[in-house]
Amino acid sequence: MAIRTQPADQVQPDLERSAITGLDSLELGLAGTGRAPGRLARKYWTATWPKLLAIVIVLAGWQLFYLSNWHGDTASGLVKSPGYTLRYLGGQLQHAPLWQAIGVTVRTAVIGYALAVLIGSAVGALISRIPPLRAAVGSIISGLQTMPSIAWFPFAIILFGITTSAILFVMALGAAPSIANGLITGVDYTPPLLLRAGRTMGLRRVALYRHLILPASLPAYVAGLKQGWAFSWRSLMAGELLVIITGQAPSLGILLNTAQDNLDLSAAIAVMIIILAIGIVVDGVFTKVDLTIRRRRGLLLGAAR
Amino acid sequence: MSLTQWRGTPPEHAPGASAFPEGARATTAELRIPATHQVPGDPGTTADRGEAPAAIRLTEVSKVYGRGPRALLAVDRLSLTVATGEFVCLVGASGCGKSTLLSIIAGLDTATAGQVVTGGQRVSLMFQEPALFPWLTAARNVELALRARRVPKAERRQRTTELLETVHLAAFADKRPHELSGGMRQRVALARALAQDADVLLMDEPFGALDAMTRDLLHDELERICAERALSVLFVTHNVREAARLGDRVVVLSSRPGTVIEEYQVPRTGPRRIDSVQVAELASKVTDRLRDEMRHHGH
Repeated sequence: MAIRTQPADQVQPDLERSAITGLDSLELGLAGTGRAPGRLARKYWTATWPKLLAIVIVLAGWQLFYLSNWHGDTASGLVKSPGYTLRYLGGQLQHAPLWQAIGVTVRTAVIGYALAVLIGSAVGALISRIPPLRAAVGSIISGLQTMPSIAWFPFAIILFGITTSAILFVMALGAAPSIANGLITGVDYTPPLLLRAGRTMGLRRVALYRHLILPASLPAYVAGLKQGWAFSWRSLMAGELLVIITGQAPSLGILLNTAQDNLDLSAAIAVMIIILAIGIVVDGVFTKVDLTIRRRRGLLLGAAR
Repeated sequence: MSLTQWRGTPPEHAPGASAFPEGARATTAELRIPATHQVPGDPGTTADRGEAPAAIRLTEVSKVYGRGPRALLAVDRLSLTVATGEFVCLVGASGCGKSTLLSIIAGLDTATAGQVVTGGQRVSLMFQEPALFPWLTAARNVELALRARRVPKAERRQRTTELLETVHLAAFADKRPHELSGGMRQRVALARALAQDADVLLMDEPFGALDAMTRDLLHDELERICAERALSVLFVTHNVREAARLGDRVVVLSSRPGTVIEEYQVPRTGPRRIDSVQVAELASKVTDRLRDEMRHHGH
């Protein structure tokens, strides 16, 4: 915050409050402000243990499946124990090819998602500003959102051939509608009272958008960005399995495909774990951003300030 | 003087002409005869007011919502003048077009007929809700109003600090609206309204959602700030006591369609208290008049 009128330690909050507020000073001071290190550790533990427990349950189930020999081919070596698979994954992580594949996939993800954000934001901004345009394409965008993006691949492959461009095209197309919709919703839900206040202040046109409508629509826009990421990440995985590009460094999808061809279950699961981990990390970033925005605006019930 | 808007009636009175005759109010409504009531022991304030230049002058303002048979007449040929430095309280039953009137004066809405003259004065509007931007701190909220007026950055900071000091919230500059109490939020809203450098403050039941004690404190503050800055105020409320506490003049509006039916001049005898005898007397008078009006309208 750039504007600081008085250092916090010079303020005597109790005196100040009693001098200026009536009964509603009781509304203040309800939120706990203390953030002791012990509390922080406990907070993280509270957030972490259910996840750890879930992982343990999955591994235990897998181990039981392996030991039960239900599939009948433990002896043939097709089904591997979780311990073996995790050791395999650990081993692969020490070699360059897996990291290269991660690099290729993440790079495509970033480019495709950036395209989706650009297109979705531009389309959303235009539609929210131009009513006839909304009447024309508003429902089409909602329709596109429900269409499984994998259905676009034949179209994309015919248009772009077996190239990364085909994958990027489908990613952008899959994610842009969600992002556009998020922005449109946010603009629509700008509180009319704030708009009146803004107009009274003399905010017009660009300034009105910059200082009022865009900040007001941020939460819905971030929700759209998050959903858009989920769609584009799925499109990317589908794309890498469908559009097998030869003659360049393999992507995660190609590693999966190779594992399938070699009937190598451990390799397949190892790659799946990587894909899952990337998805969880990115989702965590979006959740964090969303929580920060809501906490700042007082939209989180009972949260520390 | 600038003519912000007129429609329907031609501007017979040239802008800058010394005054619309006080009789303008008499032509307001042929059906009801408006009367200026003088509270006993108050001679001659009307004459003083006649000399002061008007901050707001409404002449035969009407507002119709909708068209055809379903059209709704919200305000009917309402005439009202607020002199510079005057504090006028508007009371009336709900739905008498009080808020509509403020929107029209603030330029957020247009009158269907009649003339609204604000004399080139800056007008700012305060609502019952603080309407602060929840993503900005108290200081940033105030600063944005300065920014909208293109006040240079260096000056903005200083002005923001001063304004927050004016409403006794300097210590809470970095708090966001949800971290403040209801009364403090209205203080920030007041600081923001002042930041618009307004000569005229339009207030739409600004303290309606506050408890009596907080409201009382804010009445004192508002009175002090208005005196310091020589503000003209048009204050809408449905709380008759609040009107009697604050106003130099209390104007009673009829039920829909809204028009002026009664005015009470309040003597300027220094600071008032909401529990004083004078305030109670005036309040009961206004209440009786309002009750009378509602009975006529079959409420």
